[in-house]
Parts: sequence; C-alpha cells; structure tokens
Amino acid sequence: MNETLFTNARLVTADGVVEKDILVKDAIIAEIGTGLQTSGETIDCAGSLVGPGLVDIHVHFREPGQEWKEDIGSGSAAAAAGGFTAVVTMPNTDPAIDAGHLARFVIDRGRQEGLVEVVPAGAITMAREGKKLAHLDELWAAGVRIFSDDGDSVEDAGLLRRAMEYLAEMGGVVAQHPEDRGLSADGHMHEGSVSSRLGMAGLPAIGEETVVARDLALVRLTGVRYHVQHVSTAGTVELVRRAKAEGLPVTAEATPHHLMLDHGEVVRMNPDVKMYPPLRRPADVEAVRAGLEDGTLDVVATDHAPHAAHEKDVPFEDAPRGIIGLETAAAVVNTAVGLDPVTFFQRMSVSPAHLVGLPDQGRWAEPGGKANLVVFDPSVERTPDVYASRAENSPFTGRQLRGRVVATMYGGRLTFRDGKVQG
Amino acid sequence: MKHFLSTDDISRADLESLLDLSDEFVEVLARPIPKVPALRGKTVAMLFFEASTRTRLSFERAAKALSADTMSFSPSTSSLSKGESLKDTALTIKAMGADALVVRHQFTGAQWRIADWTGLPVLNAGDGAHQHPTQALLDALTIRQHFGKLDGLRIAIVGDIRHSRVARSDISTFSTLGAEVTLVAPSTLLPVDMEGWPVKVAGSIDDVLDVDVVYLLRIQAERGGASVFPSLPEYVTRFGMTRERFARLAENAIVMHPGPMNRGVEIAPEVADHPRARILEQVANGVAVRMAVLFRLLGGEASDE
Repeated sequence: MNETLFTNARLVTADGVVEKDILVKDAIIAEIGTGLQTSGETIDCAGSLVGPGLVDIHVHFREPGQEWKEDIGSGSAAAAAGGFTAVVTMPNTDPAIDAGHLARFVIDRGRQEGLVEVVPAGAITMAREGKKLAHLDELWAAGVRIFSDDGDSVEDAGLLRRAMEYLAEMGGVVAQHPEDRGLSADGHMHEGSVSSRLGMAGLPAIGEETVVARDLALVRLTGVRYHVQHVSTAGTVELVRRAKAEGLPVTAEATPHHLMLDHGEVVRMNPDVKMYPPLRRPADVEAVRAGLEDGTLDVVATDHAPHAAHEKDVPFEDAPRGIIGLETAAAVVNTAVGLDPVTFFQRMSVSPAHLVGLPDQGRWAEPGGKANLVVFDPSVERTPDVYASRAENSPFTGRQLRGRVVATMYGGRLTFRDGKVQG
Repeated sequence: MKHFLSTDDISRADLESLLDLSDEFVEVLARPIPKVPALRGKTVAMLFFEASTRTRLSFERAAKALSADTMSFSPSTSSLSKGESLKDTALTIKAMGADALVVRHQFTGAQWRIADWTGLPVLNAGDGAHQHPTQALLDALTIRQHFGKLDGLRIAIVGDIRHSRVARSDISTFSTLGAEVTLVAPSTLLPVDMEGWPVKVAGSIDDVLDVDVVYLLRIQAERGGASVFPSLPEYVTRFGMTRERFARLAENAIVMHPGPMNRGVEIAPEVADHPRARILEQVANGVAVRMAVLFRLLGGEASDE
C-alpha cells in the first residue's frame, strides 16, 4: 500500500481552516487527524493551505493539430505545476472537438499522461464554423458536459437557440465566448484611451456586453444552463448579477489576468499582453474583482493559451491572441484579490468542478474521498521565470507575485513537488 | 538620442534644437553643391514594409545629402513574400552592415520591436496609425518659417484623425511648441477616447476658419469613405477646404497637407495651388529635417539624452 502523510497542514474545509494531518493511502484520503504517523512519505506543510486540487474549466492544450504550441502532455505538466488536478480543454483544436471520437481521443490522451484529469469541452457547431450543430449527442455520450465555440461567438441567434434547446433537455452547459464580430472587427486591444493613443483598432466593451445581453434573452426562453466565459467588463459583470437575481441558470468565469492587469499594459506593445477579450480599463478590473468576491462570477478559469516563442516575437498586431496561465493562476488570484481561504478554493476548485460535473474533483477533504489535493503557501513571494508548459507567453514573467504551489496530488499520486513535475 | 520613434517623449528644447539644425540643412540644400560629408562611410537602410513614395525618396535624398550610403528594401520583392519573419529580415539587414534603419510598417510599434531586436538606431517613418515623427518635424518647421514661432498659434487639424499617424505626431509636437490645436472631423473619424489629449474639438470646419493654420488630412477616397461617412460629396460639404472657405481665412493664414492630396475632396484644386498652401514647402523641408535627425543619430555629436 502506497502512503503519503501531509503534516502541519492548514486544511481548508467548508467551515474554515483547521490544523490537521492528512493521511493518504493509495488514491484515497484514509484519515484526517492530529499526530498521524506513516511508514511512507511525509510532506511538511507548515504555513501552507491544503485544499481540494484546483480545477480549470478553460484551457487550450492545442492537441490535436498544433502540438508545436503545447500538447496534452506538456499542458498536463503545466496544470500539475499550477496545483490543478482537473482541466477542461477548449475544442478549438485542429480538427475541432465536434464529434464523439474526438472527445474520446482527448480523454484517452489525458489518461495516458496521468498528471491531471483532462475533460474536453465540445464544440457547439461543426468545425466551430457557426453554421450547423456539432454532434452534441455523441459528445454527451463521450462524457462532455460543457459546450463552446470558444475563440468565436456563436453569432447566429437561431442556431444558438437550437443548441440551447437541445442541451437544455440533456442538462448540458452552453458556454459563450462573447465577442460581436461587427463591433470588434480588426481590433487588437481594448477600445479606449490607450488604443486611441496607439492608433490601434479596438474591441469595445459593448462588443462583449451586447452578446451576453442577447444570450440572456435566449436563456430566458430555453432555460438552458448558460456560462459566460472570461468576463472582462463591468457591464458584463452587471448583466450576470442581474440575471442571477432574476433566477436564470447563469454562471460566469474570470481569468487571473483580468483580475490584475489593465489596458495600460499595452503601451509597451508587448505581445505577451495580447489576448481576447483584451485587458480593459482599471474600472473593469475592479468590477471583475468585486464580481469574483461576491460570487457573481462563480469561478476562476485561466484561458491558458500557449503560443510558440517565435509566433509572439512579432509586432503586437501580428501576434496571435492568448497567454499561458495555469502555472501563475493561484498566485495571481492570491495577489490580486483578497479572498479568504474557503472562498479561494470555492472559486478555484469546488465551483468549477461542480459546474462541469466532475464527481471526484472539487470536494472538501474527508476520509474516504479521492485524494485530489493541492498544498499552497499563500504568503511566500515568487517571481515566475520558467514554466513546465511548452510555451512561455506569460505577462507575469518577472512580476512579483504572492503565493506558491508546494505540491499537487492527483488520485493519490504526487504530480508536483519540490518545484518539479513528477512525470 | 538613440532612436527617433515618437514625438510623445521629446522635450520642447530637443524639438527646437532639431528645428534649428534643420534650418542649417535648409541652407545647405540651397547651395550650388547641396551636399556635406557629415555621414561619409555610414550606411542607412530603408525598410519600407508599407508602400511609400515621398517619405522614402525624402529619406534617401536626406541620407545622400549627408554623404551616407543607402540600401533599400521593398516587401513585394523580398523574402517576406517567402514567409520570412520581420525579426529575421531586420537581423539580416543588420548583418549586411547597416548603421541605422529607417522603417515604415503598417503595424503600430513595429519599429520598437526592430530597435530591440537589432540594437541599431531606428527612425520611425510611420507605424500604423500611431506615429510619423519626421512628418511632424517638417510640419513644425514649415509653420515656424512662416510665422517665426508656434507659440500662441491656433492650428486646426481637419479630417481622418482616427486613422492618422500624422495627426498623432503633429498634435504632440504642435502643443509641445506652444500652439493651440483644434481637431475637426465627423465623430466616426475622431479617436474614440481622447482623454488627456491637449486639443479642442470642433464639429465643422466653418467653426475654425479664424485659425492661423488649417492642416488638412488625406481622406482615403479609394475607400469611398465607406462606412465612416455617408459619401464624399457630403464630406466636402462639411469638412472640405473649398474656395469659399479659403476666402474667409485670415489674411496671413496658411493651408497645409501631408500628401498625397485628393484634389476636390479635402482640398479644392485652386486652394492646393495657392501660394498660401505650403504643401510643396512641406515636402522640401522634409529633406532638411530628415538630414537633421539622421545627423543627430549618426553624426557622433553629444546628444541631450
């Protein structure tokens, strides 16, 4: 029998933080108590929080089709290094995940790597072209529970309505990347004072808000579970807040970068601050933070979007969109937002696992439960410099952050410790 | 001064010193043999990733009048069409022995990246709709020649401000030198958010006919104004420098344009050919200010920075 003992842990539970030891036997939490002993390995967690392994419902692992940027192996390593035990991969691969066999391929590859539970999101439309429905039944049968054409909005309201009606019946979640093409065409950054100075075309805040407002009308009609991806504007936060007050089945996510950085970053024209939705005004950053704190935004999701170094080493407007985020997420959230430990783990583990229906993830530790855990020291300062991801396109490189993942355990196996992924 | 990238961060003293130096080169260019040996042995590479006639020729003329050698590059015949990256192109030209790069690019900030990659002095000959700093210098020189100063002058910039790198460079240059700038354009051609800009805004050219300088920007007539204003005739009605409007300008006022002009759109043909339209003086001054900037970057004189 394989044993691991976590000692001196500040264990995070639904009711608060308690000083405990946690004994893991094989894949299961065997005992939680004080003065526990083991014949196996001991990890001293002094000063660190121990909570359920983090869950990220929005990552891009680029496999199949763009493995030079990242693959399910390197992406899983980045997830483990970031304290994650489950990720939901977006379907904008090549080919897009629009049929059952493709979803099964992603799941199988994740199991092969074994560092983190990998679950694909399914495309809403075939090839993400926004023209006809993807094979929603097949995807559902393969285990897909959340659907998105992420990278693009589903523009056609009639098509989106049919997807919503269909998935409402099954209980699936329709997730939208809200970006109106007409309003956002040719934009490379937030449309505002900084884009005006730089003479760059911008993506206006209303390009996001008009899509969400329209979609909420369709949610009212269809009753589908609707999820807003990477909320970036104060207006979207307010739309979600009102929809929840109305009782609509709506959830939303915030990325770490939208919690910390604003469009002033773009003045240096560094492609590592180029992503969609773009960095917005300081007032938007404040609103996204407040939304995460009060629960209007249910979860943190990274939108981990790796690109090869040479692809980003070009002028800003020429650069592909997206930044990596898995390995800095916990520290960025811990630095940018003052969440208590329970809320921190709710937003980063419990709620995201619940949202996509992962029974073994996002559970407060208890004897008999699956041993998916993270040891996180929230007080140590760290300056990110090297990554387990294949990519390095992070705006947080060289920035002082507070918080460090000490160890990650997935299914009873240590996948990350001593600064190294345990391959 | 290591690079010449933007007018945003140049002090009034540095601008005035560049204009004074430009005056000296105006005098050089008027000599029987309009050439000095200041940059003999230096090589200036012209990298124009976006089509240009006047700016490119003007920089070549300026470099040659300083006795520098030039080499140039155009994207249609280059390895760019074979997929070479901008970085590799820039490093390749550096390896051939260029001492400075004059760069025009359709993307904002490309020159800043090239400066980082190569470590060579870079002169921005226009990046996207962001900056065109030598144009602003030649505009300031042209105004100073006519009025003796910019301090206290009132200057109206009319037209497609939103997409104009000339406007962005001119606004900061003119206001740093003490002029009062008013922008005139339909709201679809104004920048979305001008918070903190040292400008006033007017909705019609008729509101600003009492200024000292009317600076007309080129309307992209080839786009027919599609989707930014209803039609060219409607633009002319509200914003065109017609003969009638020209007649209402102050006696000493001048009209300027960065070229190329659309006669009959932003400027009436008779206005374009009038002596108080300083458009060809602007072109001539372009050579002198580019000599001044090249000399500052490559001439080995102590800089203010």
